[in-house]
Amino acid sequence: MNPKHEVKRRQFLKGALGATGVIALAGCDNLTQSDWFPELLSQAEKLTELAQRAVTPAGAMAKEYSEADISAVFPANGNIDPGTQDYADRAREEFARWEVRIDGRVEAPTAFSIGALKDMPARTQITRHDCVEGWSAIGKWTGVPLADLMRQVRPLSSARYAVFHCADIDDQGIAYYESIAVQDLYHPQTILAYELNGKPLDVPHGAPFRLRLERQLGYKHAKYVERIELVESLGRIAGGKGGYWEDQGYEWYAGI
Amino acid sequence: MASLIRRESSGSVVRSCSVTSVMEQPSSPPLNAAPAVETVYRHTVPARISHWLNAACLFVLIMSGLQIFNAHPALYWGDRSDRDKPLLSIRPMRADNGEIRGVTTVLGYRFDTTGVLGYSDGRGRAFPAWSTIPGPQWLAMGRRWHLFFAWVFVVNGLLFMAYSLFTRHFTRDLWPTKRDVRNVGRAVKDHLVLRRPKGDEAKHYNVLQKLAYLAVIFGLAPLIVLTGLAMSPMVDAAFPWLVTSLGGRQAARTLHFLACFSFVAFIMIHVFQVVLTGFANNIRSMVTGWFEIKREGAAHES
Repeated sequence: MNPKHEVKRRQFLKGALGATGVIALAGCDNLTQSDWFPELLSQAEKLTELAQRAVTPAGAMAKEYSEADISAVFPANGNIDPGTQDYADRAREEFARWEVRIDGRVEAPTAFSIGALKDMPARTQITRHDCVEGWSAIGKWTGVPLADLMRQVRPLSSARYAVFHCADIDDQGIAYYESIAVQDLYHPQTILAYELNGKPLDVPHGAPFRLRLERQLGYKHAKYVERIELVESLGRIAGGKGGYWEDQGYEWYAGI
Repeated sequence: MASLIRRESSGSVVRSCSVTSVMEQPSSPPLNAAPAVETVYRHTVPARISHWLNAACLFVLIMSGLQIFNAHPALYWGDRSDRDKPLLSIRPMRADNGEIRGVTTVLGYRFDTTGVLGYSDGRGRAFPAWSTIPGPQWLAMGRRWHLFFAWVFVVNGLLFMAYSLFTRHFTRDLWPTKRDVRNVGRAVKDHLVLRRPKGDEAKHYNVLQKLAYLAVIFGLAPLIVLTGLAMSPMVDAAFPWLVTSLGGRQAARTLHFLACFSFVAFIMIHVFQVVLTGFANNIRSMVTGWFEIKREGAAHES
């Protein structure tokens, strides 16, 4: 046995393994910078949606918890204040003049006043909010089932998506919006919420109305909703990917 | 040809031994006529493809997983993430002298991990840039890598399972024999003193190797997939028992992380063993299928 040889060999192997790692990493970062590779990666989203919808009954419910499970603090994420003068004015009068307009590909476009929405039969659900970042919080939400609103406005058969237009504008002047599949509007737990833990929604959590879409990640749950537009395709709205976060590279289908 | 490769690849040990055996040859009887090196076909094409796909998937999944972890660098048990009660957290914190330090807290115990965890290259981030895909903090891109290669990992794993059941690879090559079980104590001792298998012994996996592979294939791999799926709100609606049996969504996330680091430990030991037991021979056998075994008689080390 020649120890000198052995040491050299060990150094060579260490170097070879290390170099392989560095090259692989540099390769990955090059792929990330390319146009085609992230596009290829994003194809997995369609497969995921297809597979998840195939194994999940349309009416399968997200787990509902008991009062004892409610998080002591429900974090507010993303925009926590729309920051416009108009919104501030309306907040000062407790959103008394707020309306949610539902239009686009519907038979009967309607503007619902805040009073009308709160007079409708409400659903209360204690559910878990899963943020794309990884944290979860449990809260009690009360609101109007979207299915009830759809019965009034009657979507046309060409409507495929519901686009939620929001009152918040980010610091670069980009308006927040989000969209979901029309079929998810009819899920019993899809509600336009106006209460959190028995109190009117506060500004950080999306006052006066926010979407709850319990089987998808938190970024789909649009806050400060003022208009719901039913559309055939998402391509011509803002960045064309179906939402504020989607336009920044997040998946439109946020089931995982 | 084969013996030539063998001699070059394993350096001075074999070469000096073969000199001895040449010198001994006149006095020893010609029963050493058996070739010094036997070449055996060890890994089939599907097994080799599956192995390297798996290696690539794990490389990407681990590093993109660390990228995703960095978006909320704390772990919890149960369904909720109560931020005052993490099991583990990795965060930048300002020390008394105003300096920012990386602090890792595990079950209440705090460790200064500046430079690697919590604070590295002048930035507050849990895992450092060299360990994540992509390098910079970029959750959306990390998720794309992760959720694409998760599919490749699962499909590859299922195909390997089906293939191995069909060809009896599991029962023939991976399931410990009665003799394996009897000799498990010796196998442990061999591993502790880093004794390498020789001759016919090297044709089969040893018992600890078999158990390690079985644990990864039937334990760790399903666990990491199921804990990953249990973090999906849609999957939780479809199969509520899954996330419940894992202890809740945040518990599933913690288990996913632990399973990830079990994979890291497995890979480190695996690569160490590959290097120890003849790097070139092992790599060649996983690339071409052919593994070389030194015959006991001809080129005996003692």
